[in-house]
Amino acid sequence: MSARQATGERPKHSPLAESLFKGISFSAAVFVLATLGAIIAMLVIGAWPALKKFGFFGFLTSAEWNPVTENFGALTAIYGTLVTSAIAILIGLPVSFGIALFITELCPVWLKRPVSTAIELLAAIPSIIYGMWGLFIFAPFFSEHIQPWMTDTLGQLPIIGALFDGPPMGIGVFTAGFILAIMIIPFISSVMRDVFETVPRELRESAYGLGCTTWEVMWKVVLPVTRAGVVGAIMLGLGRALGETMAVTFVIGNSHDLNIGLFWPGNSIASTIANEFTEADGEIYTASLIALGLVLFLITFIVLTLARLMLVRMAKSYGGRS
Amino acid sequence: MNLYARRKFINAFNLTASVLTTFFGLFFLVWILWELFAKGFAGLDWSLFVEDTPGPGSEGGGLRNAIVGSLLITLTGIFIGAPIGILSGIYLSEYGRGTWLAATVRFVSDILLSAPSIVIGVFVYGIMVAPLGGFSGLSGAVALAIIALPVILRTTEDMMLLVPDTMREAAAALGAPRWKVILSVVLRAARNGVLTGVLLAVARIAGETAPLLFTALNNQFFSLDMTKPMANLPVTIFNFAMGPYENWHDLAWAGSLLITLVVLGLNIVTRAFLRGKKH
Amino acid sequence: MTENRDKQAETADAAAPAADDARAAAETAKEETANLPAERQGPKPKLDIRNLNFYYGTHQALKNINLKIPEKQVMAFIGPSGCGKSTLLRTFNRIYSLYPNQRAEGEIWMDGQNILGKDVDVNLLRAKVGMVFQKPAPFPMSVFDNIAFGIRLYERLPKAELEERVEQALRRAALWDEVKDKLHKSGAALSGGQQQRLCIARAIAVKPEVILLDEPTSALDPISTARIEELVMELSEDYTIVIVTHNMQQAARISDRTAFMYLGEIIEEGETDQIFTAPREEKTQAYITGRFG
Repeated sequence: MSARQATGERPKHSPLAESLFKGISFSAAVFVLATLGAIIAMLVIGAWPALKKFGFFGFLTSAEWNPVTENFGALTAIYGTLVTSAIAILIGLPVSFGIALFITELCPVWLKRPVSTAIELLAAIPSIIYGMWGLFIFAPFFSEHIQPWMTDTLGQLPIIGALFDGPPMGIGVFTAGFILAIMIIPFISSVMRDVFETVPRELRESAYGLGCTTWEVMWKVVLPVTRAGVVGAIMLGLGRALGETMAVTFVIGNSHDLNIGLFWPGNSIASTIANEFTEADGEIYTASLIALGLVLFLITFIVLTLARLMLVRMAKSYGGRS
Repeated sequence: MNLYARRKFINAFNLTASVLTTFFGLFFLVWILWELFAKGFAGLDWSLFVEDTPGPGSEGGGLRNAIVGSLLITLTGIFIGAPIGILSGIYLSEYGRGTWLAATVRFVSDILLSAPSIVIGVFVYGIMVAPLGGFSGLSGAVALAIIALPVILRTTEDMMLLVPDTMREAAAALGAPRWKVILSVVLRAARNGVLTGVLLAVARIAGETAPLLFTALNNQFFSLDMTKPMANLPVTIFNFAMGPYENWHDLAWAGSLLITLVVLGLNIVTRAFLRGKKH
Repeated sequence: MTENRDKQAETADAAAPAADDARAAAETAKEETANLPAERQGPKPKLDIRNLNFYYGTHQALKNINLKIPEKQVMAFIGPSGCGKSTLLRTFNRIYSLYPNQRAEGEIWMDGQNILGKDVDVNLLRAKVGMVFQKPAPFPMSVFDNIAFGIRLYERLPKAELEERVEQALRRAALWDEVKDKLHKSGAALSGGQQQRLCIARAIAVKPEVILLDEPTSALDPISTARIEELVMELSEDYTIVIVTHNMQQAARISDRTAFMYLGEIIEEGETDQIFTAPREEKTQAYITGRFG
């Protein structure tokens, strides 16, 4: 405020420079909004021929993907995307919580920074590296040492046993989900750690003061207080998992067959686009791939929006305290 | 005290699990890096930097064209993304503070930050590759610029907000107009932080593969022409890894190690700086 | 007042043989008390602090503290901020040990046990020594669950009994009438003063023997403050209470004994009346007359 008053009393500077600079920075900010708008518009326009031919719901619910007859449906890819992400969350969430708990409550001070940096570096490794490692190192290891064991034990269980069915190749939906889990752990755990650290000191001390164990403080007091933030963290991780392309493309097997067994090869929206976009010939084929992109963008958009809303709510409820 | 013993047991059990999960996370970091070095280090020789990518079935070869292409695409992407990111960051922290527009831009930027990068590739294909009639290094750079933009925007805003208002007021009280206050005082004070954001963005886009698949495509030959398909490391790694030849796999590992070294190096440097700034 | 205290001290002594654990050690402690000169004997000490030193990293915050805190009385710690009064309080339930760079040396004896000892179970210690903090910190749950939370940590009770215990605790904290209709509303929805009494009720519900209050009224308005003060005086019939306050009038109003601390040392400790009317030390005199602080 005082800045404006002060400028008024001084020798006049060119108002042109001021409005020019303000205008440019304003345009840059608007450009960001426009980018999002343009992405949505381009996806809708590009997907239009396919959506017109198959109908939006027809496209979503058909499991057929046949470039020869030009019949395309997104169901297999959507299923693969959701299942790999679900596996990623099921494995990644408890691990991330454990890591956040370790760093906030258990870790000796001198070890805090090295450990959290190391975990965060997992997020910095480019996804193609996860793909390389997954394909050449993890998948063979998994098929040789873990998969037979899982089929022999978990695979024999009633009902869920069917999930652990499939050829012992190491690649497939489960492997993709597992690698996604490792990739999202750093995101979820670092956001969790941040929200845990916003819990007011009095609250933690009060709980400890009643004689709570560390676990009870965490599980019964800290976690309920930070619920919104934790959900936000999970959503953020989920958003990552849904849209991840390269790591999944390497190991998911790229098959358009819909299988319940998690060890079967499958595909995801992102991996289908990555594999087929450049070789797609014909308007409908390309439009169908763009429609897949639109679906993916909409799903992640919703998930990420929810994530941000939860995190904002979290920041509001405890923002003023530290 | 049955209840108490139970509580103590649950506590011990869960805390042990917590330690184990941390080892789980660290284990994979070590495993991935270990394999990367073991497989990639052998390939890190001089020929990697002076020979171009080998065609199918041919012996040896290097990654010169892919390395140069990646550098060109990444740097062009940063040169496009950084000014927009910095300027919009400035708008958010200075002119737009507390406004509805700024809040929306911040929100959208956060969405873009985590948006699937493959969709960005599709988008750039739709607005550049298809209308202009061909894949090009430049369209790859544009795709990377869109990914770099939110990273730079966010860091710029954060770093500018760290500059105390008293400094703005002091400069304004000397009679400097707003734009001058921002550029020569605030931005200067936040210079290192903003630079960090740019480096972070480089680290983020250097390994991006998905958005290049159908924008820059790839090129088996050395080329500096940004309007033509251009070789780049990530797509080369992808193609070579999926290919059937042993020497392709070796080159893919060497390329992976190269990218990882650059990306992790940038990350560690910027992290060290950002931490120093926060505390 | 004094007569009252003496009577209580007798009751306490009579009850002592019934004390459950570590009786032998308790006897020793009592003998030691008996050996002291008659005038220093006073009521039975609940907490006996011997040669306590406290460090934040390398900074020494408490220097050679020796102090006896009598059972079922109110002991107040006063002194300028940074004098170590909160730090001293936080050693009694070892809450400081949450922070790795804080450490205490010396001994604090309670019921024949050195609570700073290595083999002490801090969770059980904290069940015995309740604490209420400066800012009210209700847990993110209903009023009822806030109280039941602590009880459930130590006892498995049938529903009816649990409800009774919750009611008791709320009544004891003079909060029952105000919250009985909103037991299942969030604890955070109460007013600041009510929240603080909720925290006191929460501490009482666990049936502690000692209650530590760390500037419990500093975030409250005068009316809420008065209610808490009344409550503290009532509670001292059953509990040993240690209160840290920056408000000298408060200490004068509610405490039986007062310790004045300065720069990590206890300058003077004695009957509250004596400290405020006839301090023996010059520094105490200066502080209570407002010449520094």
